[in-house]
Amino acid sequence: MSKDSSFIVERSTRLSAAAGIAAAVLVVVLAFGPLLFSANIVDSLTTLFIYLILSVMWNALAGYAGLVSVGQQAFFGLGAYFAIELSYHGVGVYPALLLGALLAGILSLPISPLMLRLRGGEFAIGMWVVAELAHLLVVLDPLINGETGASLIALNAFSPDHRRAYNYWMALATAVMLLTVVFMLLRGRLGASVQAIRDDEDAAKSVGVRVLAGKRIIFFLAAFGCALAGTLWLATSITFQPNTYFGIQWTAYMIFMVLVGGLGTFEGAIVGGVIFFLIEYMFGATGVWYLIGLGATAIVFALFLPRGLWGTLEDRWRIRLLPVGYSLRMPSADADAPDAAAAARERRPTPASLDKHDIAASNSIPARPR
Amino acid sequence: MSLLAVEQLDARHGLLQAVRGVTFTVAAGETLALVGANGAGKTTLLRTIAGAHRPFGGRILFDGIDVTAVPAYARLRTGIALVPEGRRLFNGMTVKENLLVAGAYGNSGPWTLDTVLDAFPLLRPRLNNRAGTLSGGEQQATAIGRALMTNPKLLLLDEVSLGLAPIAVEAVYRSLEALIKVGATILLVEQDIGRALGVATRVACMLEGRIILAKDAKDVTREQVTEAYFGLQRARRVTS
Amino acid sequence: MIWITQLLNGVLLGGYYALLACGLSFMFGVMRIINLAHGDLAILCACVVFFIADQTGISPFVALIVALPLMAAIGFWLQRLMLERSLRGGMLVPLLTTFGLAIVIENGLFEYFGADSRSLAPYIGDFAFDSWAIPGNIYIGSLALLIFAVAVVLLGGLKLFLTHTSLGRAIRATAEDPDTAGLVGINARYVYAVAAAIAVASAGLAGVFLAMRETFSPYSGPTQLIFAFEAVVIGGIGSLSGTLVGGIVLGIAQTFGAQINPQGFLIAGHVVFLVVLAGRLAAGALQARGGLHRLFARRS
Ligand SMILES: Nc1ncnc2c1ncn2[C@@H]1O[C@H](COP(=O)(O)OP(=O)(O)OP(=O)(O)O)[C@@H](O)[C@H]1O
Ligand SMILES: [Mg+2]
Repeated sequence: MSKDSSFIVERSTRLSAAAGIAAAVLVVVLAFGPLLFSANIVDSLTTLFIYLILSVMWNALAGYAGLVSVGQQAFFGLGAYFAIELSYHGVGVYPALLLGALLAGILSLPISPLMLRLRGGEFAIGMWVVAELAHLLVVLDPLINGETGASLIALNAFSPDHRRAYNYWMALATAVMLLTVVFMLLRGRLGASVQAIRDDEDAAKSVGVRVLAGKRIIFFLAAFGCALAGTLWLATSITFQPNTYFGIQWTAYMIFMVLVGGLGTFEGAIVGGVIFFLIEYMFGATGVWYLIGLGATAIVFALFLPRGLWGTLEDRWRIRLLPVGYSLRMPSADADAPDAAAAARERRPTPASLDKHDIAASNSIPARPR
Repeated sequence: MSLLAVEQLDARHGLLQAVRGVTFTVAAGETLALVGANGAGKTTLLRTIAGAHRPFGGRILFDGIDVTAVPAYARLRTGIALVPEGRRLFNGMTVKENLLVAGAYGNSGPWTLDTVLDAFPLLRPRLNNRAGTLSGGEQQATAIGRALMTNPKLLLLDEVSLGLAPIAVEAVYRSLEALIKVGATILLVEQDIGRALGVATRVACMLEGRIILAKDAKDVTREQVTEAYFGLQRARRVTS
Repeated sequence: MIWITQLLNGVLLGGYYALLACGLSFMFGVMRIINLAHGDLAILCACVVFFIADQTGISPFVALIVALPLMAAIGFWLQRLMLERSLRGGMLVPLLTTFGLAIVIENGLFEYFGADSRSLAPYIGDFAFDSWAIPGNIYIGSLALLIFAVAVVLLGGLKLFLTHTSLGRAIRATAEDPDTAGLVGINARYVYAVAAAIAVASAGLAGVFLAMRETFSPYSGPTQLIFAFEAVVIGGIGSLSGTLVGGIVLGIAQTFGAQINPQGFLIAGHVVFLVVLAGRLAAGALQARGGLHRLFARRS
């Protein structure tokens, strides 16, 4: 390394500060949603918030902690189920929605030591088994009437207009809270350690990252978040059919949103959620071809645009609106940088080692001797 | 005409350039010893010649044919075999299977399971043991035998004495000398300069990705090679 | 005698699971891919055979002559066109792409075949219901016995293939170290594609047997994937004989579970899977701390 090459480590740029302010303003405006928008729009936005929660949660799991779960519907369904049980036992309906999600989240704690020791695909299917088992056990409860399901009747105490507004506010508040928590967590120590785990679990362990502890926090958060999404879904649809709530399509949606937006980028998950919402809004969830399209798009993105739309933009224009990481900046436009960037572009890495080399390449840019 | 001709070869790991514009030839029947400090780029050069590493620039001609773009498995059939650094045996398979798996995809020729075992008799009693359970010397013999099973015209050997007990090194080199006597063409990477000069007809020394010295073994002293090895000439040039 | 009959049924059902799991385990062993579309590929083959039998009246057993090579070809090109590229993206990408594939296959089948449950049983005549009586008033279904026999032959044959043929050895060498395999002349891309062909064809065979045994629908795939995975994990990943044991344990658990409660069939299977998993992890954790031995020694 040449000693004279210095560069600035930075976290927020002028752009990201502006983005932060814009986000805050947007949230304030959205808070007045039920007073400003038509009933249809309020309902749609509620759905959007739920999708955003799911997308950000799955991205935290897979994109940051490297945990590809195809069983998050377990918590989605369990949250809704617990809410129904609690409400049936006399808990107020909105508190029941929150508590139900919390219970489902807590249930993830005893599951996590077992699941988190599984790696890669084993974890994926292991979670799927958990979801199936949760589904089967919930159906055994007489209150649920088998696959017929049950309703959150207590919600009928509210007029449709009030219900709509409450659901909207609850969804908005939940989404903002969860997004903020994930953002703060990823920005902090945990973010760095879970990403180290994702990139190379053994190496992370060897430099003293507490692998299991980091994963467990993300796992709990994702369980709780998906459970909240489930109870919110229950609040908007009132009926609980086990088949729908424990269905694998939720995982398909989450994978689609995260892959299209950008796996492992905070903004990407949000972008993916919005895109998914718009596609559903415009084309309607028209059954089979819709799902085939989602699956095929996920394949195409995973193969050809693995960083998703946002990640690709970010790489190309070097923009970070809501930076969870750090970025390096040369103090002045020195002659080395474009030169090195050109070298980076024309190098032909061996296929087996694409990823690591990309990292090595970006690290060695300022270090090239003249 | 030379059997192997390497022209202006560049090889990289990401942005790190491990081999820089290397040019040399190996004639049939010759034994070229390649020496150089750790990280000089010897392994990268051998792997690039064998096709296991994609070059960034330059050409590799083998038997007069440009093999630069030929993948490793096909390059083997043109007659290049590499005994990789660290042996890299298939540890879950038996010694016999390690030998047979290479024999099945290589060329036919004098080397068969029987002739390889004649050359390395220490492997006979171990034929049905898993490669992972062998001693270092036995593993190295298996690795060389595995390469021979493909009946190569050029044998690339990367630090065959690494991690072996002195007796085992002795045994490995005795079998190498036997190979050389029957006319094998060998490109050998060796850390021990004395040993390298002992078997080789020519010596090349690598420093920071470049070949900075290439001479007939008989025309070069141990001191000259050592100097090149540590890059002392360059150091002298810089200070003067 | 009901329990003995159930035990035998469980064992035979285990043969089906072993057959189903074999391809999943094989693909993981060779390419380190857990194929989330495994179950759906099985169902795809069942649909193909159903289509042939239904349209032409040809026996499903004969239709396999067309269907299995077709599945092998699908596996081969799946590897070449999709999995190979996925693998280059790291550990997680194959999961995402095979999951996407699963969604596409399921819904594609739904589009062409509709949601109805179907079965191949009517197309194989009495064979679907035939059973052998053995002393003690115990009956064994001939189809279940055939499936078990096929599973044993297939697993055993695969093992022989891997140890005694040069292609088999090449597959093992590539599984262990694809880079070095190239250095001994093995074309790893081709070997991977062959392994995928074997895995997908065996999944297809299992799917057809499923369709003969009971009913299936376009959405039956995920359940089959889960069963296969459970059998593999119970038996120990990467071991072919372990897969047979795992399948049998799962089969017995499910058959006994069904005796207790109609839902018990599935629940018992999942629970046994989780218990085995927990047991193995606990044993591993104990081992890491120095075994049972140390645990007691430290107390004193
Ligand atoms: N897989 C790799 N990824 C990144 N860099 C590598 C890799 N392999 C080697 N290098 C780097 O390339 C340079 C040359 O390494 P190489 O292994 O070819 O040297 P060598 O002469 O064989 O050394 P040794 O005597 O230690 O075996 C070194 O700086 C090394 O750090
Ligand atoms: Mg080396």
